[in-house]
Amino acid sequence: MPTKPSNMKTYEEEVKTFSWDIAKKELEYKDGDVINIGWYCSDRICKKGNADKLALIWENAKCEEKRYTFNDIRLISNTIANYLKNLGVKDGERVCLFMDKIPELYIGFLGVLKLGAIAQPLFSAFGSESLLTRLEDATTTAIMTQKKHLPKVRNILDKMPYLKYIIVVDDDGSKPLREREYALNIEKEKMIEDFEIFPTKAESRSVLHYTSGTTGKPKGAQHVHYSLISQYISSKYVLDLKDDDVYWCTADPGWVTGTSYGIIGPWSNGVTQVVTEIGFTADNWYRFAEKQKVSVWYSAPTAIRSLMKEGTAVAKKYDLSALRHLASVGEPLNAEAVIWSQEAFGMMFHDTFWQTETGSIMVSNYPGMKIKPGSMGKPFPGINATVVDLRTFLPIEKRGIVGMIAIEPGWPSMIRTYWNNEETYKSKFKNGWYLCGDRGSIDEDGYFWFVGRDDDVINTAGHLVGPFEIESALLEHPAVAESAVVGKPDPVNMEVVKAFIALKPGNDPNKMLELEIMNFVRKKLSALAMPQEIEFVDSLPKTRSGKIMRRLLRAKEWGEEIGDTSTLENDM
Amino acid sequence: MAAKDVILEYVKNEYLEDGDDREVTFDTPLISGGIVDSFSMVSLKVFLETKYNVSIPDAKATPEAFDSVNNIIALLKDMGVE
Repeated sequence: MPTKPSNMKTYEEEVKTFSWDIAKKELEYKDGDVINIGWYCSDRICKKGNADKLALIWENAKCEEKRYTFNDIRLISNTIANYLKNLGVKDGERVCLFMDKIPELYIGFLGVLKLGAIAQPLFSAFGSESLLTRLEDATTTAIMTQKKHLPKVRNILDKMPYLKYIIVVDDDGSKPLREREYALNIEKEKMIEDFEIFPTKAESRSVLHYTSGTTGKPKGAQHVHYSLISQYISSKYVLDLKDDDVYWCTADPGWVTGTSYGIIGPWSNGVTQVVTEIGFTADNWYRFAEKQKVSVWYSAPTAIRSLMKEGTAVAKKYDLSALRHLASVGEPLNAEAVIWSQEAFGMMFHDTFWQTETGSIMVSNYPGMKIKPGSMGKPFPGINATVVDLRTFLPIEKRGIVGMIAIEPGWPSMIRTYWNNEETYKSKFKNGWYLCGDRGSIDEDGYFWFVGRDDDVINTAGHLVGPFEIESALLEHPAVAESAVVGKPDPVNMEVVKAFIALKPGNDPNKMLELEIMNFVRKKLSALAMPQEIEFVDSLPKTRSGKIMRRLLRAKEWGEEIGDTSTLENDM
Repeated sequence: MAAKDVILEYVKNEYLEDGDDREVTFDTPLISGGIVDSFSMVSLKVFLETKYNVSIPDAKATPEAFDSVNNIIALLKDMGVE
């Protein structure tokens, strides 16, 4: 069968002719119109004649399947919106989606947006403390969750007077619900055919995603409904989504990839997507891709490197002939993994670069464009990206020089502020550029190359983890006197969390204590935040003013020069 | 208590939430079943190493080897733990 041409013309041609108006025209949106992501991802697709087309094929860990058409997701999202409205949730209020990758998460997201409320998805592996930090900051009104996660909410309930509604989506009546808890079973609810969708406009708030920084608590990146413009067109051009595709985004909607490209991108394009709850093993994933005849696969370097570790032969056991396009996001995709994917699948993974704050892909490799393995690719048409000098914040004209990756503000899916933290938001802009916090360079051909983070934030398996949050949790352990948390290089996850810990007198370092501390952090925050390695030390390097010098510890882990130590109080 | 009972008990206590009433047996998929994720696997490895005084090389600490209590027992046997 002849291969269909890519959605994008040649990159060079597209850059010359691109305008965001292309997306607006295709979406039949005019400036000033009502724009509601929930409607665009369900009702509009039905109106276009695709009501019976499959929107979601979902498989649980036992490989049992459920299928939903676009009409199903329209009706269910209407029903969820109506349910929330009847409970008393109002537009502009925050509704947290705290669920595993189950249909209620994906469709509930649309329901929250249809109501005009703000969707606040949170990774369901978060422990009570991580949850509290984020709900407290957003003063969240309602949370949709599952029975299994209910204890984590109950643990902190007395600290959250603002949380009025706890909606349990899989309550079976076996245990009584408590005050403020409500059961919602979408299979038993009467479906709402017509729901009056809240008339959100371009700048109406839509999604609040929390992201970690070096210092302070996680920040809520506030997005608006207009982000759809970027997410729709980048899904079409970068992921090359077409009408007959079966698309698999492996990201969890608790993180931005899982919403921008795991819900909004495919569904606004009317594309069928598949989701599995099954945990990662190479066989599990290949089996799923084979069974569902996945044609476009958007995954993460950690997963790709894990597949690579298992070898090409495992991939060859499966019929993956439906695959036609591969893309990756989360951390830089190393050249070896790109080359390996050519051997294993007969095509290369296309690396993409963007962040929670950018809301959509900023720099990428495109179908049809030559891939330089290990490179981030080139800016998305309509995006003006560069690298700027770390001191002057002026673009570096000379090729190959490392600076901070920066983007000219104004693209549709750009963060509008950090919730309750306008000051930090403003600090992200210098000299007319949005600073990504990542260092990189641009080569002679205009390709971007990632160098590393410009701060202490740890990128583990594509998720940003803030050292401060982990250090704060560690200090709550009775044996810990002080700690410093850094990223340590890891061949699969890029970085993993390593903690340096000085113990209180009377505590001896040993393996049992190490395990106890690991589990302590895992339960409090999440498995992502759990130190994968703990090194017990007598003391931590500090400045004369008493500030722990993380960068020295990090440099030691990465085998880098430790730089200026003139402010160091003690020897390492 | 036999090693497989000790490990099963540990998994239930450490990796299931209080309200999670899923049945976990010696054959229940732990990694692919979403009970233990790849990050938490490290703490399970540290537990096994501490409890049974072995060092499990990274090459052997695969998701498949940790995917059920029975698989873990097979791994430990392979490493000389009876």
